Amino acid sequence: MMRFLLLFSRQGKLRLQKWFTPMTEREKKKITRDMTTMVLSRQPRSCNFLHWKDLKIIYKRYASLYFCLAIDNQENELIALEVIQRYVELLDKYFGNVCELDIIFNFEKAYFILDEFLIGGEIQETSKQMVNRSIEASDMLQEGDSSEWFEVELFG
Amino acid sequence: MSDVVEKTLTALPSLLSLDSQPGSTKLSSTSKLGTLIRGITELTSKHEEEKLIQRELVSIKEQVSSPNTSMRQMKELMVRAIYCEMLGYEASFSYIHAIKLAQQGTALEKRVGYLAVSLFLNESHELLLLLVNTVLKDLQSTNLIEVCMALTVVSQMFPKDMIPAILPLVEEKLNHPKEIIRRKAVLALYKFYLIAPNQVQHIHNKFRKALCDKDPGVMTASLHIYLQMIEENPEGYKDLAASFVTILKQVVGGKLPMDFNYHSVPAPWLQIQLLRILSLLGKNDPSTSEIMYEVLDESLRRAEINHNITYAILYECVKCIYTIDPKSDLLEKAAKCIGNFVLSPKINLKYLGLKALTYVVQQDPKLALQHQMTIIECLDHPDLIIKRETLEILFRITNAQNVTVIVDKMLEFLRINKDDYTTIDLVGKVAELAEKYAPDNEWFIETMSTVFSVGGDLMQPDIPNSFLKLLSEGFDSVEEDRKLRLFAVDSYVSLLQGEPGKLPQRFLQVISWVLGEYSFLREELEAATVLRLLAKLLDMKNTSSETKSWVLMAMTKLCERGAGVSVAQEVSETYSSSLDTVLRQRAQELQHLSRHSELRARVLPRDAGLEPLEVDSSLSFLDGFVSEALAAGAAPYKPPHQRQEELAQAKALSLEPYGLSLPISMSSCSIADRQSPTLLSISSGLSGESPDLSHKGGSSTLKLDGVKRLWGREGYLAQREPVEESARVEVPSPLRSPSQQGEADSSHSQTPIPTPEPEQEKQQLASSLFVGLSSQSSVCLMGKSEPTPQRFRRKAKSPGSSSSASEKTSNSLVSTPSTVDNLMCNNLLDSNITSELVVSSLEQTSQLSQGLAAANGTCDAELTDSDVKGSSPSLCGDNAVAAADPAPHEDPCKDLLLTSHLPAELSGLSHSEITPLCSNQSLDLSASHVQKEDSLVLVVFIYNSSDSDIQQILLELDSEEIEVSCVCDSAVQEASSHSVAVCQYSLTVKTPSVHVEVVGTVSYQFPAGTPQSLQFSYKLPLTCFIRPLTVSTEEYGTMWLDFSHDTKQNLTLISDGQEPLAATLNVLKKKLQLHVVEIIGMEGIVACRLLQDQPCLMHCRLNAGTLAVWLRSPVPALPDCLMYHCQRALQEH
Repeated sequence: MMRFLLLFSRQGKLRLQKWFTPMTEREKKKITRDMTTMVLSRQPRSCNFLHWKDLKIIYKRYASLYFCLAIDNQENELIALEVIQRYVELLDKYFGNVCELDIIFNFEKAYFILDEFLIGGEIQETSKQMVNRSIEASDMLQEGDSSEWFEVELFG
Repeated sequence: MSDVVEKTLTALPSLLSLDSQPGSTKLSSTSKLGTLIRGITELTSKHEEEKLIQRELVSIKEQVSSPNTSMRQMKELMVRAIYCEMLGYEASFSYIHAIKLAQQGTALEKRVGYLAVSLFLNESHELLLLLVNTVLKDLQSTNLIEVCMALTVVSQMFPKDMIPAILPLVEEKLNHPKEIIRRKAVLALYKFYLIAPNQVQHIHNKFRKALCDKDPGVMTASLHIYLQMIEENPEGYKDLAASFVTILKQVVGGKLPMDFNYHSVPAPWLQIQLLRILSLLGKNDPSTSEIMYEVLDESLRRAEINHNITYAILYECVKCIYTIDPKSDLLEKAAKCIGNFVLSPKINLKYLGLKALTYVVQQDPKLALQHQMTIIECLDHPDLIIKRETLEILFRITNAQNVTVIVDKMLEFLRINKDDYTTIDLVGKVAELAEKYAPDNEWFIETMSTVFSVGGDLMQPDIPNSFLKLLSEGFDSVEEDRKLRLFAVDSYVSLLQGEPGKLPQRFLQVISWVLGEYSFLREELEAATVLRLLAKLLDMKNTSSETKSWVLMAMTKLCERGAGVSVAQEVSETYSSSLDTVLRQRAQELQHLSRHSELRARVLPRDAGLEPLEVDSSLSFLDGFVSEALAAGAAPYKPPHQRQEELAQAKALSLEPYGLSLPISMSSCSIADRQSPTLLSISSGLSGESPDLSHKGGSSTLKLDGVKRLWGREGYLAQREPVEESARVEVPSPLRSPSQQGEADSSHSQTPIPTPEPEQEKQQLASSLFVGLSSQSSVCLMGKSEPTPQRFRRKAKSPGSSSSASEKTSNSLVSTPSTVDNLMCNNLLDSNITSELVVSSLEQTSQLSQGLAAANGTCDAELTDSDVKGSSPSLCGDNAVAAADPAPHEDPCKDLLLTSHLPAELSGLSHSEITPLCSNQSLDLSASHVQKEDSLVLVVFIYNSSDSDIQQILLELDSEEIEVSCVCDSAVQEASSHSVAVCQYSLTVKTPSVHVEVVGTVSYQFPAGTPQSLQFSYKLPLTCFIRPLTVSTEEYGTMWLDFSHDTKQNLTLISDGQEPLAATLNVLKKKLQLHVVEIIGMEGIVACRLLQDQPCLMHCRLNAGTLAVWLRSPVPALPDCLMYHCQRALQEH
């Protein structure tokens, strides 16, 4: 099971945080601080895995943004790395050539995409098309709209 | 969907929102959020940021509480509040508005509301209760997107207590025509299962339906639940193994829609999930494993694309293959696969390869040998994570020969490591290895000193505790103990003379204790010197008050006379006015005891650590006090659990037949390392007999020399050397075929040969690291126990048991019918030894040599005889009476003959198999026990195998745990030639123990001869003394509260298809003669009694796939012993 996902910049600024298990604000702050210092101090050509307490931290850098995913000890590190990769692909498909600024200014969209992809710390849907279709369907909701026409697209 | 439509769809949202929602997409940089974000980036200091955000929060707060704010504005405000919280500023005032937004907004606003709720709150937050109604409404909405939102938020967080309110609606969604809704409903149920498994127990059959869903997405979602349930109870889902295999086959075969592919690999997440489930189901289960082999083989074969995702699957596959029942050709392929990982230039794969090696190295140590050069390289890797993982492998392959090198490497790592968690973990491992394999005293003390200095005050407190315990309890050799302690004293004195200020507090405490206890061992060391060194510790400013009290206690032990007393007086004066009450107390003790040397000698006798401390656990010395208090009107004492129960009863009306509420913590007590204390003492007693232990310790320095001598054989195997070939051949490995060995060799030789200079060094390192591995592996594979010379073997707890184990001239027997044919041979050997020992110990004069010869003579004959019998177990018959027959010239029907000698009143009852006890050339003793309803009768048959009559046979039985009373009229008997005399004894348990043993002596006399005697012992499991106890549920309830001794444990459930609780209790009833009082739903109550009339009650409850058992009795050790037998009975089943 995944425990949390953090996105932060090279300067250590948090861009997105998702906690899959209940935590207090204090714990969250402590973890965020630990993660940024640990990950940012890694040397180049090191592996993408870290130990933190009894968890494993999988991180990957995309341009100026670091993705950092914590998983249980018995989980598979490589597949976690691909979870990050798939999330980036989903963002890329939605925003079109995604960059850090897209995520900064539209972080709620990044959250919506994440919620369609992962839920409660487990994979929900791995198909790019499916995730994007449900996000787009929700995006097009209008006030008072009965929204029938795109339901056909989404669920049909 | 066609490409054109798709593109339009992608473009649409931004087009639409351009008109209506200028703040929500790419152009949002012009919005208020955009302004805020840009404002922050322009700031230069943290302080300015704080000011800006606080201003922002004030303005948000104003707006959200204004009644004029529309929901659309609210949505925008929520996004800004989320942003502020992400930056670490609290915006708790907005939480309630987030809930309101989710409740009242239109779908688009609702979505932001739900998002804000899921980011702001966690499942224990009280505001979440306000969301329940909204979720209920949305679950019933006709708008599918609203239903999706509700299900999404529910599967992220939902108050546990409110699950019943929405459960029917979520359940209903399992039948929804749209797969996305079904999928989300399954995930919501998974969440419910995790937080409240009992709530969803009734819908397990619906999970099965989800597993069979026609949509692969729904099926995949249901696997999360199955993985969880199978992890908790693999036995319950064996029937699904074939289905999982079929699904995996289809996935691997590419039968799923292309949509599920990831980088052209079919549904990797699904594959990995299935592999995990299979490894759980196949573990220790050959028949289930059997059906997986084919698909595992195929998975290995299909994973050929060079991509991370393929390796992820391969890794899981390898783990599965090594977890399930082994199959040689799969293991071979898996091992090769691990090789690919380890040798990969990609560092992530190397890391996983090391992890896989760690996982399999215990089963297949030769794999580590194969990759030794890679391991050595990784040991010097600049990435600490890789280094750490390599140490993990080394930890698993440590033995007495390579321990010094491996511990060295670990300590080296510890010195550069900065992560506390790793330090704690690694320090524990070093301490474990040091205790297990230490080659000599100096090394052990020095290593532990490093552990204490590096581990500091972070390490687990049990490390110093067990170290001190080890020192004080000592080992088998008094001289070794003395040397070890002496060395510790020497090394600590020199540490204190150096710079003690740098040492961690825990280490100082250890040092003070050791010096206080043992510094007298070094005679030339004056107590005053030690006292001065200790006093110096008190003066250091960073010494904690806890350490100070350790120091003061040590000083109290040392201040004997002369100069020491003055130092002690000085110190005690300083601290007797300390503000710290503990320190003051210690100082007072020091002051008084240093003045009165006589009192001191009585309170703190020197070297008292060796004396076992008698603890009156019944606290009987308080009886007077208690009865006085009771007489004065105090309330009687109630144990905590009873108080809890009464509290629970007082709170709510209990619908249970009796007030039982098992605390939840019970499920957490682990079953693995819990053994009955009585059993533990038995096993430690046995391990205590190792006469050559000190010898092994003494020769340890030679071991390192051995490394060099064995160069190339057990150590580094140089490439293409003929030696290597021979070494490989020498190691028998039944698991690996010759062809595979060839392969292994070739893969081994593929490794490039680096420059010779550093290579030499590495080879040397390899030889010292991997020494002893190959021989060890052969031992493991042969299935024998590993004869590692463990230096610091703990001394037996009770000296009595260890001595009796070696002195006992007996064939102690645990009568397990299934091993009868094996035991027969063993018994025979034993009984010969027995007779020899007996004969010699009795100092027989003239008959000695003759007797020995005779005994040995018959020995050979007996062996062959019993071999024949052992190979045909059918001879044993149903009641297994054909146990070993010590008298070869006897007719084979002797057991039948003995059976016929059973006393008439017992012949109707079933008796245990007749077990030979001991024999010599003239007498032949066997015994059997008969279970009567309210007693246990031991029948001893004395068969006179000589040609003359024997008179004055006197049989004496004795036991620590049992009270023996003779049933027959006179203990003295006669037996004429080739006839049988029978003695009967009635046995009652005095102190319960897992197995009870009766030791006996038979003395006899030939008409014209000296008196002779024979000794024997007879072992019985406690279960022989257990009888059912018939009580009603009400009686049970009252008894339960009265009993004070209890134990709790989780036991494995037996599920033979029927109701697991009833099935398990039935097994216990059959095997242990328990009485099942009642089964009420998930709980069962059982009663039994130990002869005579000592009841024991059992309460069991189904809990997460295991049986939570709670035993209570008025007899102290009884619950523990019975728990052990319950566990055994269920394991054997």
